[in-house]
This record gives sequence, structure tokens and C-alpha cells, in this order.
Amino acid sequence: MDKAEIKAFIAKRVARELKDGDIVNLGIGLPTMVPNYLPEGVTVILQSENGIIRTAPVTDDNRDAIHVVDAGGSPAAVAPGGSFIDSATSFGLIRGGHVDATILGGLEVDEEGSLANWLIPGKRMPGMGGAMDLLVGAKNVIVAMEHTAKGKPKILKKCRLPYTAVKCITKIITEMGVMIVTPDGLMLTEYNPEFTIDEIQAATEAQLIISPELKSMVD
Amino acid sequence: MPKFITIEEAVKLIPDGATVMFGGFMGCGNAHRFIDALSKSDVKDLTMIANDGVCPGGPMGEEYYGCAKLIHNKQVKKLIASHVGLNPEVAQQSMVDGTLEVQLVPQGSLAEMIRAGGAGLGGVLTPTGVGTIIEESPFCLGKQNIDGRDYLLMKPLHADFAIIGGAKIDKCGNVWYKGSSQNFNIVMATAADVVIAEAEEIVKIGEIAPEDVRTSGIFVDYVVEGGKY
Repeated sequence: MDKAEIKAFIAKRVARELKDGDIVNLGIGLPTMVPNYLPEGVTVILQSENGIIRTAPVTDDNRDAIHVVDAGGSPAAVAPGGSFIDSATSFGLIRGGHVDATILGGLEVDEEGSLANWLIPGKRMPGMGGAMDLLVGAKNVIVAMEHTAKGKPKILKKCRLPYTAVKCITKIITEMGVMIVTPDGLMLTEYNPEFTIDEIQAATEAQLIISPELKSMVD
Repeated sequence: MPKFITIEEAVKLIPDGATVMFGGFMGCGNAHRFIDALSKSDVKDLTMIANDGVCPGGPMGEEYYGCAKLIHNKQVKKLIASHVGLNPEVAQQSMVDGTLEVQLVPQGSLAEMIRAGGAGLGGVLTPTGVGTIIEESPFCLGKQNIDGRDYLLMKPLHADFAIIGGAKIDKCGNVWYKGSSQNFNIVMATAADVVIAEAEEIVKIGEIAPEDVRTSGIFVDYVVEGGKY
């Protein structure tokens, strides 16, 4: 698989995590591809943390780049039945457990379910934006990312980069498999049959627990 | 009742070294005409409290958009924000030139710290940032365990001025916001000594229904008319 195929493969598997009616917040990049792969009959309510509930694709008819933007500052739109709220209300909604799932990428994750995705000391200082709040507040935190970075593991025993939030991840979905966070560590529950379990472990610094019900992540 | 003044008069209210909250999110909801005029003034050494540093390119092809103009003109000595990564000049001035101090705060904490500042609360207890370097932030006063969960105690934020960007403002100063431009404007309008609100359009009393008012005119000290952006 090339990069684009890997991203589409991960997004397609992540889409199966969402249930009809879920309120979902998507991070930038790969997560924004997830709605393209929702199973038939599943419609989710997309929330944008700058204050939109039920975001919709921008068209020539609804475009108003001065007044409606998404969390990345790009032009956005609101769907029929949607609403606009202010930032304090929006983050009350996020921290208050009203968001069913947040899907975001990671630079590093670890076996305690902690995530680092906002800061590379000395190199980049973009800011955490709403990520720290989303991680502690969403009911399900799904990390969707490539399994390794330039061949080096991103799934570690302990994050080395500064944390975005600790012990917050529900599930990690990569092109190699699906891992859930358990009190004993990361459990591989699904795998991509293109790889052997040994290959998946070799690409993972954390020790994987193999689920007794391990199955293929491909339909 | 608020005073209705010109943008030039409003800019003269801001002294060097003032702490100023700017409502908006990536420029959406910024008081564009006021900020543009401020960026052409000599006012300097501002502490800017804003969600973000906006970005150089605007949606209408502007070279600099919203608050990015003030950063570009080096009028800001300290920036308190949740995200600055889309404006490369922030990294340049803070990490290379060393002329801009940046204090990052999680977005939800920032909103709630401002809300607390405007609502007379002594701080905010939030689970956001527990176990991260936010625990070392000058805004973090410590950790408390409540019913088995850890929370950080974050200080309230208050400013000398808040600069609000509304769509319609009536003669009583009541503000109606369009689209997603409420964002930080709502809390910031409550958390500063002096609130300056820019309207795209100033309207008669009654044109904004009382139930559609999102910032009550009692919070607003000065209104300027910016016109359609």
C-alpha cells in the first residue's frame, strides 16, 4: 500500500467504530477522511470545537468564509438542524462527556493509553488547541495513525515527547491492526492479514497482548 | 448606554503595554476594521489574549488577516493563546528572534479561565492538562483530587480591554453574531475593564430580538462601525 492507500485503509476501519447518531469530533488530516467510509445507515453529527454542531461540506451556495470556519480556520458550513455555540459552551460540551468519539492522529502513543501529538521540543510549538480537552472529555478516544514513522515505532512503552493527555486512549487503529487499551497494556484485537503477528510486534515497542478472539481487520 | 465612536477614537483608547483580549477564531469574529487601524498605529508592547495567532493569508486574499497584522507589525510582546502553529511569524518571533513571549493554554481551559475572569470566580478546576506540562504553567495553581479524579486549578483571566467582533449591534450595544463568530467573543466581552465592540452594521433598537442577543449591551462600553467585511 502507498501512503494514500494506507490512510484510506485506516479511515475505512475507523468508520466502523461509529454508530448512528454519534456526536463526533475529527482531528486534522486522516480523521477527516473517516466520514467518507461510514457504513450504510450510519449518520453521525460532526462537531467543530470552535462552535459548530452538525458541520456540513462547503458548497458555492453556503460558503461564507468570513463568518463560518472550522477548527482549522478553513471555510466551513452548518447542516440543516445544526447550531452555532460559543467556545465556552463548546468545551463544556466536550469536557462534559457529550461527545461520543474523537478521532485524531498521534506522534507517539504508549501502553498506558497516553498520547503525545502536540509538541516537539525545540522544533515546533504549534500549541495544543483543543486536543487536550477533547482527550479528557470524549467518551471514546480513537487514535488513527500509521503504525510507524519512517520505520520507527510510534507505539511505545512510554511516550518520550510531551504528553497531550495521559491514560486517555480507548483504541488505536493503524494499517497493521486494532489495539485496545486494557489495564494490563495494549491488546491486539484485529490484525491486517498482510502482516504476521511477529511483524506487527516487531514494529511496536510496547509488548502486545494478543486477544484470544483475534480476528482480521479486513471485511 | 455605550458610546458610539469612530475607529480612530477607539484606537486612541489603547495605551502601550495594555492587556487586550481579541475575540475570534482564526480571524473569524475578529473586529477586522479596528484591528487594521490598530495595526497602523504606534501602539506597542501589547499582551494579546486570543485563541490563536491567526495566519498570514486571509480568505479574501489578504496578506495578513485579523490579529496576524498586529503580530506581523511586532506590536505584541506577549501572546496568551491555545494555538499559534498556523502563523509562522509567531514561531519566528518567539523561538528565533526572542522578541515575543508565548504562553500556551488548552483551548477549553482558556475559554473557561476567561469566563471565570468575567464571572467573579477565583479559578477553574479542569481535568484538562493533568499529567502534562500544563501543570508547570504559570496559570496553574496546583492539582486537586475530587471524588477520585484529578483536576488542575487554573487562574482566571482578566484584561484591560476586550475587542469584540459582531455582525449587528443595536443602539443599546446588544450584539448579534453571525455564523461561528461567537467563539471567544462571548466570554471576552465579560472579562475586561473596557469593551470595544465592532459592528458590521449598527441597527435600531428592536432589530435584534431580545432572545437573539448573545452579548448584552450592558457589557459593551464603546461601539464602532466597521461595515461589511
